[in-house]
Amino acid sequence: MKSLLIQGGRIIDPSQGIEAIGNLLISEGKISWRGKGEEAPPQPDYDTLNAKGLVVCPGFIDLHCHLRQPGDEEKETIASGTRAAARGGFTTICCMPNTNPPLDNQTAIEFIKSRSASEGVVRVLPIGCISRGRKGEELAEMGELTLSGVIAFSDDGEPVPSSYLMRQALDYSRAFELPVIDHCEEKALTEGGQMNEGVISTRLGLRGIPSAAEEIMVARDLALAELTGGRLHIAHVSTEGSVELIRRAKEKGIKVTAEVTPHHLTLTEERVIGYDTNAKVNPPLRTRQDIKALIQGLNDNTIDIIATDHAPHTEADKLCEFDLAPFGISGFETALGSLMSLVHNGEISLSTLVAKLTHEPARIIGNKYAKLGTLAAGAPADVTILDPNLEWVVEPKAFASKGRNTPLAGERLKGRVMATIFQGRLVYKDGSITVKEG
Amino acid sequence: MRTTQVKPRVTETTTAWRHHHILDIDDFTREEIELVFQTTRAMKEVLSRPIKRVPTLRGKTIVNLFYEPSTRTRLSFELAAKYLSADVVNLNAQVSSVAKGESLVDTLGTLQALGADIVVMRHSHSGAPYIAARYIEASIVNAGDGWHAHPTQALLDLYTLYEHKQNLKGLKAVIIGDIMHSRVARSNIWGLTTMGIEVTLCCPPTLLPLGLGGEQLPPVKIEPNIELALDKADMVMTLRLQRERQKSGLLPSIREYIQLYQLTEARLARAKPDALVLHPGPVNEGVEISPAVAHGTQSVINEQVANGVAVRMALLYLLSGSQKQ
Amino acid sequence: MSKKVIMIEEDIKRTLARIAHEIIEHNELLKELILVGVHTRGVPLAKRLAADIEGFAGVKIAVDTLDISLYRDDLSSLELKPVVKLTDITATIDGKSIVLVDDVLYTGRSIRAAMDALIDLGRPRSIQLAVLVDRGHRELPIRADYVGKNIPSSRHEEIKVNLKETDGVDEVAIIPTPSKEGR
Repeated sequence: MKSLLIQGGRIIDPSQGIEAIGNLLISEGKISWRGKGEEAPPQPDYDTLNAKGLVVCPGFIDLHCHLRQPGDEEKETIASGTRAAARGGFTTICCMPNTNPPLDNQTAIEFIKSRSASEGVVRVLPIGCISRGRKGEELAEMGELTLSGVIAFSDDGEPVPSSYLMRQALDYSRAFELPVIDHCEEKALTEGGQMNEGVISTRLGLRGIPSAAEEIMVARDLALAELTGGRLHIAHVSTEGSVELIRRAKEKGIKVTAEVTPHHLTLTEERVIGYDTNAKVNPPLRTRQDIKALIQGLNDNTIDIIATDHAPHTEADKLCEFDLAPFGISGFETALGSLMSLVHNGEISLSTLVAKLTHEPARIIGNKYAKLGTLAAGAPADVTILDPNLEWVVEPKAFASKGRNTPLAGERLKGRVMATIFQGRLVYKDGSITVKEG
Repeated sequence: MRTTQVKPRVTETTTAWRHHHILDIDDFTREEIELVFQTTRAMKEVLSRPIKRVPTLRGKTIVNLFYEPSTRTRLSFELAAKYLSADVVNLNAQVSSVAKGESLVDTLGTLQALGADIVVMRHSHSGAPYIAARYIEASIVNAGDGWHAHPTQALLDLYTLYEHKQNLKGLKAVIIGDIMHSRVARSNIWGLTTMGIEVTLCCPPTLLPLGLGGEQLPPVKIEPNIELALDKADMVMTLRLQRERQKSGLLPSIREYIQLYQLTEARLARAKPDALVLHPGPVNEGVEISPAVAHGTQSVINEQVANGVAVRMALLYLLSGSQKQ
Repeated sequence: MSKKVIMIEEDIKRTLARIAHEIIEHNELLKELILVGVHTRGVPLAKRLAADIEGFAGVKIAVDTLDISLYRDDLSSLELKPVVKLTDITATIDGKSIVLVDDVLYTGRSIRAAMDALIDLGRPRSIQLAVLVDRGHRELPIRADYVGKNIPSSRHEEIKVNLKETDGVDEVAIIPTPSKEGR
């Protein structure tokens, strides 16, 4: 594989505290050299990618996505999902185990790993179940799963309803030093719920999902994390109350990390008006006040990372009465574009955004695999090149994902991924990017 | 095909009726509601004739697509359509959420292919008519969707009030019952407040949805005590209480509900002497309303039913021929 | 848009008086006569005719109103829906002689609709038609029994009748309308 020089871009690498115009050389699938201004690389033989006016950062890492394979291949496969991830600038994605059959054993994990190797275009790291069969009754064989290569445990899609089981999970997982990711939802309060409980749900006559349902489980999990000393990770935080609980827990030194999705940072419950099933997601889109608190949480590190919770569904699945539609937003390909609105509004800096998508998720995953989320020399050449100012219109029909279910169809976004490099290979390139042979 | 194009001037005799669908009453202006009143009066005159028929909707096909059983509303729409000389087809669709069979969108596609001009839809899921409006050329009339809206009911309730009181602004209306699960309540809240009527809601707090009484929704008063709520009311509407509410833990017992919220003659006496008693039907006599009140002199429940046909005729007339934007 | 006034208040007054005399002349049993004004401007015209007839013949004539919106044959193609006014036929019309009164007779379709409406309401002995203006261009075999004034017109013109009761002034005018056809 020929070396590739990415020339003249604004390199943003929070892992090294770098933000400067420069040149990056990739050789044999690894970052090999970084130079400033007109500096030429030490070796002469390379292709050149002109990144002038663009931002060059580590490849994005998504700690939470649904690839639907095995079992629901009509919604997505590892092949289509990784291609969609690449278009979104993601070079490492962690897939949730709520597949059919669920990923609660070695064979299932091996399947994911081999399919990813043969059909995937970016790195896929599997997450194993907390409970056997995802039934929420008995612990899954966490040891075997760890040896097979999972990077965390979760029953996502469902909470762990039993406090007893959650305690055991947090406790037992300590042996493997992997985080337990919980989808925080008190089901007794959310039964039949369709959207955030509030003024809009009253107007639309839809049963609501109250914020309290999330906050109750967050509080429970934090108490159990404190009790056991296990590593807790809160999935898709969506309410002001949850942010506050996590903030106080971190002050106390409890081992908790948290994530937020691009849609919870940018869209409110008003998107549901008109009964758009593409805005139906769990946890639901909430209020402007919740968004303010989530952004504040990102800025003060109460919330560690951004993760997409990419949840593709077929068109037919979502083309029905609101009550009957499944929850989920197809998020890979609109993540960066929608998040950039926060940067353009001055609510979050570009380097913070990049950190939340690269360096911070890499920290949670750990060094088991390789140095992820960094452009330091010797790290895998996972690089994302983006144009922070390019305006474009979201066209779900052009998605690589099989899931076209996004509330952003037809929306104009400012900021777009232009190229994605995984282990030195270009896995996505916009037509306007040129690579000159050297 | 006509050879002459008719383009009348916009004057006091014509109206730019802009609704291609009737999905909810929350986007009707006061002027539009008054236009419905005026048209309803004309329709009532037609209903007073020995031959209750006008050729207005001749050649139009109206489909009643009812996913929830309903004798009264369906009959009302069917008669309204027939009195206007339209062709009526009734489809009692079964909703099976497990084995979907024919989906809503598929059914709509079939109706479109068969040339339906207006589809009157009742569905148990809120928002279903909005989906219909997206996928079919025909006009959609919402005959009730889940908990969300029942605009034609609210309009006939308003018309009944208008017939008795003429001047609606400043009147006091009280709605008693399960507001949370009631599309009739929601649509009436919107309709009554649009006409400048002061609305008080009276119900157990567990049956009151979030946000009502606050600023982001039409202004209403909340008063859980029925005696206080009824004080000097001009109109009292009681809603049907379904037994399931007790089963799902929202009420301790039906007995307690009756004790606290049944509209009795004694309680009605706290309202104005000429206050009207309304109920969307069917009535649970002895539960939300005592038989004496239901059959009493202040009850206009039967008028509501009669007005229902006229209001629906008015709406079908106003909708006919409108083009999808 | 230059308006050409054809009749002013005096003209209308004289014309209506002449029609009133004609109605009296052709209808022996004035007591069995009902004047039915077609909304909107047919109504004040019918009331004025009744007043004139009462003045000349000393007989009080019944005046009713008829709204034909529900009988129009062109509702589907109308951009603007007619506001339906009240049809008020007070007594039975069976066996009575009806004189329909309207302001302008043009294609004849309004009168066709009015006759359909009347026949739905009962079985009159006869129906006659009185109009203030006949502008020609009939599309149906309809003719007026009493005509105030014949005003030949082109399809690119509009004949506008204004009455004090509805418009504040008595006037009949021709208004050219570019590429528009009227009823």
